[in-house]
Parts: sequence; structure tokens; C-alpha cells
Amino acid sequence: MREELLAILEKNSRIDFKELAVLLGVEETAVLEELEKLEKEGIICGYHTLINWEKTSIEKVTALIEVKVTPQRGQGFDRIAERIYNYPEVKAVYLISGGYDLLVTLEEKTLKEIANFVSDKLSTLDSVLSTATHFILKKYKDHGTIINKKSVDEREVITP
Amino acid sequence: MRNFLSDKVTALKPSGIRKFFDIVNEMKDAISLGVGEPDFDTPWHIRDEGIYALERGRTFYTSNAGLKDLREEIANYIKRTQGINYNPDNEILVTVGGSEAIDIGLRAIINPGDEVIIPQPSYVSYEPCAILAGAKPVIINLKAENEFRLKPDELLNAITDKTKILILPYPNNPTGAIMEKEDLEAVARIIKEKDILVMSDEIYSALTYKDRHISIASLDGMKERTILINGFSKAYAMTGWRLGFACAPKEITAQMTKIHQYAIMCAPTTSQYAAVSALRNGDNDVEMMRQSYNQRRRFLLNAFKEMGLECFEPYGAFYVFPCIKEFNMTSEEFATKLLMEEKVAVVPGTAFGECGEGFVRISYAYSLENLKEAISRIENFIKKLRKE
Repeated sequence: MREELLAILEKNSRIDFKELAVLLGVEETAVLEELEKLEKEGIICGYHTLINWEKTSIEKVTALIEVKVTPQRGQGFDRIAERIYNYPEVKAVYLISGGYDLLVTLEEKTLKEIANFVSDKLSTLDSVLSTATHFILKKYKDHGTIINKKSVDEREVITP
Repeated sequence: MRNFLSDKVTALKPSGIRKFFDIVNEMKDAISLGVGEPDFDTPWHIRDEGIYALERGRTFYTSNAGLKDLREEIANYIKRTQGINYNPDNEILVTVGGSEAIDIGLRAIINPGDEVIIPQPSYVSYEPCAILAGAKPVIINLKAENEFRLKPDELLNAITDKTKILILPYPNNPTGAIMEKEDLEAVARIIKEKDILVMSDEIYSALTYKDRHISIASLDGMKERTILINGFSKAYAMTGWRLGFACAPKEITAQMTKIHQYAIMCAPTTSQYAAVSALRNGDNDVEMMRQSYNQRRRFLLNAFKEMGLECFEPYGAFYVFPCIKEFNMTSEEFATKLLMEEKVAVVPGTAFGECGEGFVRISYAYSLENLKEAISRIENFIKKLRKE
């Protein structure tokens, strides 16, 4: 049940216990217990909402920043990652294999704020060797969801 | 002018669904639960393979029996799901949907006057295909108390010395019924004893919600008596690609291939290339869709239980077949009234045979949101009827 439960919640975290129990074919208490476990074990880390900010009047600029760093003795990349992810404007930090080390997603209100973050905060960190900033121009798909997808049922209304 | 039309064709009943379709089609904001095909798009890697085939200019006929690669993948698929060995060289034929396989499979074996046993309620094309092939259809009226499974005594009563073949339509459209191993063994025993064939239409085989589907062809001594029909439409959400297949003993396959060769030539080439990808890389997609259907199935059954609507638990396909006898209306009256008053379209059980009277087919090839809205309308409707 765990895998199926997670698959449902990943798409719709607002679903209630009662409906979950029906869809999974189990008792409500079983769903509650499993959810509690999943939260306690840190498997479910949050119940977020996917927002298409473009459709609001709120301005947001998102950048993906490739960061090359020198790993620190005894702590590898963890220490420098922590120094970066503690900034609230940093939305995601990944350790990446390949040409650079950390991929940082940054969200700000303006381009200038991003520029400032990179030049003042990120580049000045001791172990940061270089950065490359890419601005996101358009989101087509996020969290497995196609943004602006029109769903029209094109099937014939009755078929045998 | 003379009447040029064929008597045999003129005498065929038009599909019971047609009339209803015309009414629903006129209605703007009706919610339909009447569709017999998946709501999912064909998985992208399959579509991509079709596009790639077109880009590379693979736009020619394939061999009559179908691409060798595809036949080999079909053989692997049947081997890994059913443990049956079919020789891709002479026991597998790629057809234009499962429907073509039904048609030519019957035509390949029927002599005038042969009898074809058809359990109903079932898919609409068996009876006309049997008639067009020159056979006499013998109908078995399946019973709700048996969960619409075929029982050995029902089969025995239908068999005469003219019986040639039994059509075994499980997992079933429209009832959602399945046949489990014991059910199949009882039927297989009779088929062998009475020396007849079976056409096993397993188009919904990937969509079962209890144990995995078992093909009657996998039972001892049954491969040589079975025309196994399957396809890509339901499992891989590929209805519009028109691609199915038949697996049968080589003597029968050879005759089917002749008809196919003269009437069809070969199944659509693009679809065949796409289907190779479906069989090679599609298991996860099928499982994802099966899981979704299963959730919706549970949702509907629970909703019916809450509104006190009688319905046996179906373990296959994507249909539920609730009983509406308590309302003292025919299936058609019920469906029409539901459509007019609450704008929800369901299919009267009688579209799938007379014994579908008293039932309606509800498809759950719809999103949960859609089903929720439809269910609340049905609940309203039923409450009104019970007050009347």
C-alpha cells in the first residue's frame, strides 16, 4: 500500500483520509497509521502546492546556478551546500555529477536581486570556484505536471 | 430499381448503442460514462516510436502476418504473461484491432450451419460476425448470481453436435467479470470432451484487479483448441492505432492469414512499429494505468454501496455493471431518464444482449473528478426515483 499511497499523494496531497481509504481498499485507520509513519520516517517531507506564478500579478524570477566548489576536508560538499541552502531565497540545492558540483535553484523578485545574490553571497564563499547562472524563461512542465495543459476529452461519447 | 442489398446484412440488427449515441451527442453538457476505451493518452515512448517510424519513411506494407519483430515480441509477451509458447513464424497474426481477429478467426473455421456459442452480456460484434461467417449463434444468458461467469452446466446445455466453437469473452465487457482458474478448468474439460474449439477474447487481460489473468490456452491440452485474441487498445491505451493479434494453431493461423491477406493486406505499419516499443518498454505504463483504474473501481463500488445500489464486485476490464431492477424500469428507460434528468450517459445492459436487461454499464475510463461529479448526479437521480 505504501508505494501506491505515495503515488497518489505525490499528485494530490489534499486528498482526505476517507477517500484514500476507499481508493486503496483499506481501512481509514490503516491510512492514518501509514501516513504517520511516513512523516515520522521523513519519507513525506511536506505537502506543497504547485503554483503557476506567471498567471498571478506577482513577479518572480527563477535562475538555475551551476556552482563549482572545492570540497572541504572531512565534510565533502555538505558544509558548503549547507551555507548555500540556508538562504531562504534558495529553493533547491543538488549535488550533481559531471561538469560542476552544485545546482542551485534561486527564486527572487527581480533579475537584479539574483545578480546581487550571485555576486555578493555565492561567489564570495571561500570554496566557490566559479558560477554560471541560467535564467528560466518559461516553465513547460514542473513536478510531473504539464503547465497550461488543455484537457479535452476527444473520445466519442459512447463506444461499445 | 431492384433491391441490391444483401439479405444477410440487411437482417443484422443495428448496434443498440447507436441510437443512444445520437441522443447523447446532441446534449451539450452531459457527462458520459459510456466510453469503451481508455482515457489515458498512448504512453509517449510508444507515440514517439510511431513518429520515428514515419520520419524514417517506414510507410510501406509489412508482411501479411505483421512485422517479424512485432510477432517475436508478441510471442515473448504471451510467454512471459501466460507461459505459452507460440511460434512467431506461423502461429501469430497481427490484425487490425482485436475486432478483425474475431471476424477472420470465425470465418476461418465456420462451415454453413455450424454453431457458435456466445455467452452474453458481451461485446457487440461476436453475434454479427458469427452470422456473417455463416454460422448460427447460440446465446448463453449469463447470470448475475454467478457474477456473470460461464458455468459448466450452462455450456453443456448449449452444446449440440453442430457446435464448433465457444467464444470466451473474459475479462468481460460490459460486466467486468473474470474467469478464475477453476472456472476455466471446468470449461476446458467440456471443450476437450465435446471436441470443440474456443475463441478466447482477452483484450482486457492486462486489466484485472484480483489475481493476474489466466488464459484458457495455458491449460493442459488447450493450446491446440484455442484462438487467443488480444491487442494493444486497452492495455496500452492504443485504440485509435487499430492493432491487435491472434495466436492460434498453425493450421488455423494459415487460413486466417489468407483472409487477412486478401481483405486487409497488413495492419498499419506505423502502429506496428509503435507496438514493438509498447511490448518492449511498456510494462510500467500498463501497471500505472491498472493502478488508476483499480482506484476508480474501488471508488465506484464504494459509492454504489453507500447509495444502496446493487452491484457485484467486478475484477476486470474498466466497467461496473450495477443492477437497476429495483426501479421497475427497463435498462433503456433508466438510461434515457438518467440522461434527460441528470445528464449522465450510461449504456443500457441490453446493448450487450437481452440478458443485460435490468443492468447498465458504467465505464470508469474517466478521471476521478469526472466520476465524482457523475456519481453525485446518479445519487440525486436514484433518490428521486425512490421517492416516486
